[in-house]
Amino acid sequence: MSSIPSLPPVGPGTADAPLLPRRSFLRYSGAGLAVGGLLLAGCDDDNDDITPGGTIDVGSGDTGVLNYAYALEQLEAAFYAKVKEGAYYKGLAGGSLEKQVFDDLAIHEQIHADFFKKVLDTKAIKALEPDFSTIKFDDRNSVLGAAKSFEDLGVAAYNGAGRYIQTPAYLLIAGKIVSVEARHAALIRDLINYNTFVGSDVVDLFTPTNATSAPGVGSGTGKEKSMMPTDVVNMANKFLKDGSKISASNIK
Amino acid sequence: MDFFKLISDIERVDPEIYDRLDSRRRVFRHFGLAGKTLTAAMLPNLVSGVFQRAYGQTTLNPDIVAVLNLALSLEYLEYYYYDSGLKATNLIPAADRPAFEIIRNDESGHIKVLREALGAAAIPDPGRATFDYSGGKGSGTGPFAAAFGNYALYLGVAQSFVDTGVRAYKGGATKLMSNKDILEAALNIHSVEARHSSHVRTVRRGVAANAAAITVPGNLADLNKQPKSWISGTDNGGPSPSTTPSTAAVYGPGVPATGGPTDLFFPADSNTTQAGVDLLTNTAGATAASASEAFDEALDAATVKTIARNFVDAKSTLFV
Repeated sequence: MSSIPSLPPVGPGTADAPLLPRRSFLRYSGAGLAVGGLLLAGCDDDNDDITPGGTIDVGSGDTGVLNYAYALEQLEAAFYAKVKEGAYYKGLAGGSLEKQVFDDLAIHEQIHADFFKKVLDTKAIKALEPDFSTIKFDDRNSVLGAAKSFEDLGVAAYNGAGRYIQTPAYLLIAGKIVSVEARHAALIRDLINYNTFVGSDVVDLFTPTNATSAPGVGSGTGKEKSMMPTDVVNMANKFLKDGSKISASNIK
Repeated sequence: MDFFKLISDIERVDPEIYDRLDSRRRVFRHFGLAGKTLTAAMLPNLVSGVFQRAYGQTTLNPDIVAVLNLALSLEYLEYYYYDSGLKATNLIPAADRPAFEIIRNDESGHIKVLREALGAAAIPDPGRATFDYSGGKGSGTGPFAAAFGNYALYLGVAQSFVDTGVRAYKGGATKLMSNKDILEAALNIHSVEARHSSHVRTVRRGVAANAAAITVPGNLADLNKQPKSWISGTDNGGPSPSTTPSTAAVYGPGVPATGGPTDLFFPADSNTTQAGVDLLTNTAGATAASASEAFDEALDAATVKTIARNFVDAKSTLFV
């Protein structure tokens, strides 16, 4: 990517202040529309974090999206399997909510992963080797924090990949899974901090203009913030060993 | 032409300009520019195309209009339900009010998004008076008449609405595939509805056990009152299976209820076969409960309308 055009020096509260955060302007204007020189070189800078060579390409078309989902489900399934071996989980009382939650999440994600493997058959990517060295499996906060990250990432990933699915039946399947991931995410978030089942980090929260506003009148959208495959992959690869890191650059 | 000055100027009068514009990557794909060099000669067409996308009136195909208007109708149903609950005295405990304010506001945002997508094709706001949350079709004497004075009942009806909504968005998604931006917006609403459902279910467990919500597990022997945050089997018919209307339809089959691996069909939430794969044999340790929980099921529009019509005045054309 060549130069990003310089922006007027504005900030919140000034007369010239954009009404949206500067970041959103940059998102658009950083498009490579380098007005000065009108240069738009190959816009291929999204894969910087992926180890060159040695990444596993999930493929293209529906196979690519299904393998992309398979990779994420493998990661989640491996995470919860590891949780169940750790001291935090082993210390949970029988019949407690948290034990039920982690038992359920472990089997749900394993069911998802095995499902994709079966559907993909010979086109499935290999079994990935996770790297959970940054997670402390004896620590509740660490486990819940990681679970939140994986679940929120899964929701954003499915939502962002929906547009690339070509076969209606697969879109329906993805829809059946993503709402379960969203249910997981919401409960994990509530366990961390009650009433944070949605939060501004994952949802573009809506604020009514005032206390008597009619429905639909206010700022924001109440929509989940979906993520594109390359951004998801960059996060997922932090939890995958060298040789198991993935690339989704052919999903388009 | 100073393109960025232009955008910046527009931003002052239309703060939603960035919502209207495609993300940059899609702009380039839309105009077939990916990987090409942008030349000065191409700029005028690019700019006019961008603004046509942002502000131009385009005609949506009737399938998309139908899906979005059904979604919008459900959002109004939910919005006024939560709004009425927040306005009722002594209904929602102080500790839970923030959650229901968030949920009500999310629904309001969804209404905004759907109206903007539909443009002139959007149904008008039906207003609070159109809805009969007793489930009495306008009589006000249905089985849920006490919902705004009984928190447990209020939560049960809320769960039924939100789960109906989740199933409706899922069922409608495939009809949006011809418009990827609208599809993505609907998916981004769908998952938020699922988050709401999860939370409402969590709250219900606490109320059922008279304990802090985040300490109470789902009770497989009483899923009606103490459900998991996800749907297990058919949740034994949901919060109120024995009333008329019954909540069993919210977790039951749609039409068609059966089909082949690549068909679109709408089985009950207890389904354990996906895309022809028997989940019970495909994963060691899977049970009928866990396999059904791992996948939420969709509903067709007609079944959704049949459920929702119980909650509007019979004289209204909403959900007809």
